[in-house]
Amino acid sequence: MEFVNPEGLRLDGRRPMEMRQLRAEIGVVSRADGSASFEMGNTKVIAAVYGPREVQNRSQQMNDQALVRCEYSMANFSTGDRRRKTKGDRRSTEISLVIRQTMEACILTNLMPRSQIDIYVQVLQADGGTRSACINAATLALADAGIPMRDLVTSCSAGYLNSTPLLDLNYLEDSAGGADVTVGILPKLDRVTLLQMDAKLPMDIFENVMQLAVEGCKAVDSYIREILLENTKTLEIHRGV
Amino acid sequence: MSKSKLRGIQLSFSNTQKLRLEKALEQLESISSKLNSNATVIVADTIPVDEDAALKGHGTLDMGRNVIATVCGVVERVNKLVYVRSLRARYKPEIGDIIVGRVIEVAPKRWRLEINFSQDAVLMLSSMNLPDGIQRRRTAIDELNMRTIFVENDVICAEVRGFQNDGSLHLQARSQKYGKLENGKLLKIPPYLVKRRKQHFHHLDQYGVDLIFGCNGFIWVGEHVDVKDAMVEDQVNKSDPQNTDSAFLQGSSEEPTSTSLEIRRYICRIANAITVFAALGFMVNLEAVTETVTLSLSLNLGVHEMLEAEFHVQVAEQEVERRSKSTRRK
Repeated sequence: MEFVNPEGLRLDGRRPMEMRQLRAEIGVVSRADGSASFEMGNTKVIAAVYGPREVQNRSQQMNDQALVRCEYSMANFSTGDRRRKTKGDRRSTEISLVIRQTMEACILTNLMPRSQIDIYVQVLQADGGTRSACINAATLALADAGIPMRDLVTSCSAGYLNSTPLLDLNYLEDSAGGADVTVGILPKLDRVTLLQMDAKLPMDIFENVMQLAVEGCKAVDSYIREILLENTKTLEIHRGV
Repeated sequence: MSKSKLRGIQLSFSNTQKLRLEKALEQLESISSKLNSNATVIVADTIPVDEDAALKGHGTLDMGRNVIATVCGVVERVNKLVYVRSLRARYKPEIGDIIVGRVIEVAPKRWRLEINFSQDAVLMLSSMNLPDGIQRRRTAIDELNMRTIFVENDVICAEVRGFQNDGSLHLQARSQKYGKLENGKLLKIPPYLVKRRKQHFHHLDQYGVDLIFGCNGFIWVGEHVDVKDAMVEDQVNKSDPQNTDSAFLQGSSEEPTSTSLEIRRYICRIANAITVFAALGFMVNLEAVTETVTLSLSLNLGVHEMLEAEFHVQVAEQEVERRSKSTRRK
């Protein structure tokens, strides 16, 4: 199948190095300590953060740092075929773990000993790149909850199809069977916290694809920072003196 | 636009209301931009620090070459100290804070309270006045009678005593003004909207209502109780321990006069005024609340009508007026 046509356009009309439209909103769950929704094109996820709060299971309590928990789920209506998904299937367990580890790397857990932070992410619409969208939403929700962090983690995926590196794959491109590289970085510290790839790529091509994904992460970062800054300013202005 | 700027409110604004609200919020922006310089930071922003000797406080992280923010908020500088005052975070206790909390567990010699902190707070039996007001060692019998004082789900007002060696937060209630709160309504608002002040207990004489602004963002609106009466009431409780198991029943059955309809209406009115304020993200204080209640009364609004879109807009406009007045005075 042709994923990049001779004019250099992809199936959804994007250029190979073009991202989908980003949209983020803070404060979408009123009861949560922090919440955000994040859209990358047709992929839409919602994240809610509760905590730091008292540890529910005493045996898991740590005296020098906070416990971070994460739960990923997909709404039944999120995909084309309406499947009933069991809560603890392998895919969602794996993604929960990935998100947890990524977020744990940036939260300053040692500042909140003997407490627990819960992150709930749910996919409302799945169109490829849910992993990245979930991480971006979780970052925003954590920042909204006022939880101290080293840096904002941002994530983006890239792939390699028709011997072209493609940024931010959608569902069709994702399921084409080519390589799919998901990268999560700490933009200010310039560090990688997440790197996943299915399928194989030669070393030199991989470096190109990863570089592309990192550029994507940086674009997401600048967008997220804009949203956060505006939100913080609004809060401060409304609060008054 | 107005929907994204107001969190937690699901209101349908008409077009004119939307425009009025936007205008009011823009005015607020112009008022405050005159006041403070641009000190807003978000996570991982570099904070300019003049000298190397600066003290790095909460919300900052020393990265060797530069200092970065770890939370979103406003940079504050006090002499050499540089810190980030975070908005929208959980409550951070300071010693002496007056807080309102809810009992979640009666444990040996202590009650555990939910106070919107990262852990549950502890109120020891020994750090509160006994109902009879006598100072003495707490005996095993006192411990058995703990449920006659507070049971689970009771709302309590107390003071932050300090952190213990094991990191737990201890409270104390060594005065008649602290203790169980009854016949009223508990509101939970973000703690950054409550400012620490000299006075957190307020008695609104004209409405017969008590108002307690807990520093942790829990606000109590209840029927006025005279401190003296509270003592008498406690003695009644003590002589009749069977009836005290259920706090709610006792409140309504034992009191000679139950809360009158009028006062209950005032409680709801004040509570709704605070809810509207919190929804708009305005700082909650006594003057603002009384002003809002007066506004709702002068407009002849029903209690439920206060939560509608129109009143939100009016409160925003009132706030603009109040703030522009106070800046002009300066």
